[in-house]
Amino acid sequence: MKPISFSYYRPKSLAEALDILAQEEEAKVIAGGQSLVPLMNFRLSRPKTLVDINGLRELAAVEADGGVLRIGALVRHQELLAHPLVVQHFPALAAAAAEIGHWAIRTRGTIGGSLVHADPAAELPAATVAHRGVLVLTSAHGERRVDADAFFYGYLMTDIAPDELLTAVELPLPSGVRYGFAEHARRPGDFALAGAFVEVAEAGHAGAVTWFGVGGRPDRQEMELSPDAASRGRQFAAALAELDGPEDEVEARYRRQLAAVAAEQAYQRAIASGRGN
Amino acid sequence: MQSVSESAAAGRPKTSITLMVNGQRHTLDVEPRWLLSDVLRHQLGLTGTHVGCEQGVCGSCTVLLDGQPQRSCLMFAVQAEGHDITTVEGLTPEQGLSPLQAAFERHHALQCGFCTPGMIVTVEALLRENADPDEETIREVLSGNICRCTGYQSIVAAVQDAARVRRESGAAKLEVAAKGQNEAAGGEQA
Repeated sequence: MKPISFSYYRPKSLAEALDILAQEEEAKVIAGGQSLVPLMNFRLSRPKTLVDINGLRELAAVEADGGVLRIGALVRHQELLAHPLVVQHFPALAAAAAEIGHWAIRTRGTIGGSLVHADPAAELPAATVAHRGVLVLTSAHGERRVDADAFFYGYLMTDIAPDELLTAVELPLPSGVRYGFAEHARRPGDFALAGAFVEVAEAGHAGAVTWFGVGGRPDRQEMELSPDAASRGRQFAAALAELDGPEDEVEARYRRQLAAVAAEQAYQRAIASGRGN
Repeated sequence: MQSVSESAAAGRPKTSITLMVNGQRHTLDVEPRWLLSDVLRHQLGLTGTHVGCEQGVCGSCTVLLDGQPQRSCLMFAVQAEGHDITTVEGLTPEQGLSPLQAAFERHHALQCGFCTPGMIVTVEALLRENADPDEETIREVLSGNICRCTGYQSIVAAVQDAARVRRESGAAKLEVAAKGQNEAAGGEQA
């Protein structure tokens, strides 16, 4: 199959892009296109207008400022996983970015595209929820900021309006906490069956787990993490039982089991990252 | 080849673009919806770029965009304007085979050959960034290129052999010095 016909715009500035989004009905933004173009090839997505933001280099920066790491929407996964500021402050995010698709996907796909597409098994929406990120949504009417936790509604559904463009995501620099990440997929590069980000306090047992691949959206649950592995396993199982899983009972059980395994691995990695420094 | 009727096609506006492919400039009229993979094949006759899955999974349509491997089936040709595109034809000498292609032949790293152009393009990009990739890195990179008949053993062997040949010829060293060694190609830096 081939995509249906569409009008193609290549704005030269953010303002121009926002004007087009305000005026055109059924317009869709294309950045890396690594999720959108397959959907268009199969005609599951049939936008009348495509707004190509690849030329807006002002959206491609990564910068730390005021206790926040600001990642532009156009930053590609391959840049993200190797960026010194990301590796330094958000090693779990860097590790997660390395698990996205394959090399030729990561060189093109963008963080903004992944967040707006909101696949429940994708790494970056979960990473953004786990790190309590804020999404910066811009339209011709101005800018608004939405907590990641409130941005993701469910399967492929988010808070973004048709005339809005995700321009950046802001992650507060972690202080006093460490993160670990793990996921399980059938083959390298596949979407994860289940995965988890685990956050542990450097002092005490306070922590949080952000699950993905189980429910329709990433879920972050705060919990006191037991230092005892068996108790932790029960904690993870109890936490996962609260999530809406897939309808199929066997699949739901399998994914929850994998998620619990991933959480334990992520926990171990979070602890180990503390020892490493 | 295309089942689109003349009358239907006539209503679709085309736009004139200039593509830089294998160092040659091409000016052509395309519909915005045309994929880069199809334009390379149908408009430019560069049929070495194969089209398998059209969803970015199989890797047979991989080309280099500004030196980086990318799926030509997940990009519209209009988007490739202003970038340097390299296809497998651009990696093939006028006469004979490149060192990498020769290694594939020596190691019987292909049977039907459908996936081979994508493999060659991807591995060429790898060897430009990393002159001496270990087996794990090679396998991680090749995980994005599906081969369904040969199996990966001989392909991995061919890549290792080609890397050795390039290092010994010294060509790879110059490129590495110019580009800086980029371990990111290996991906797995957990």
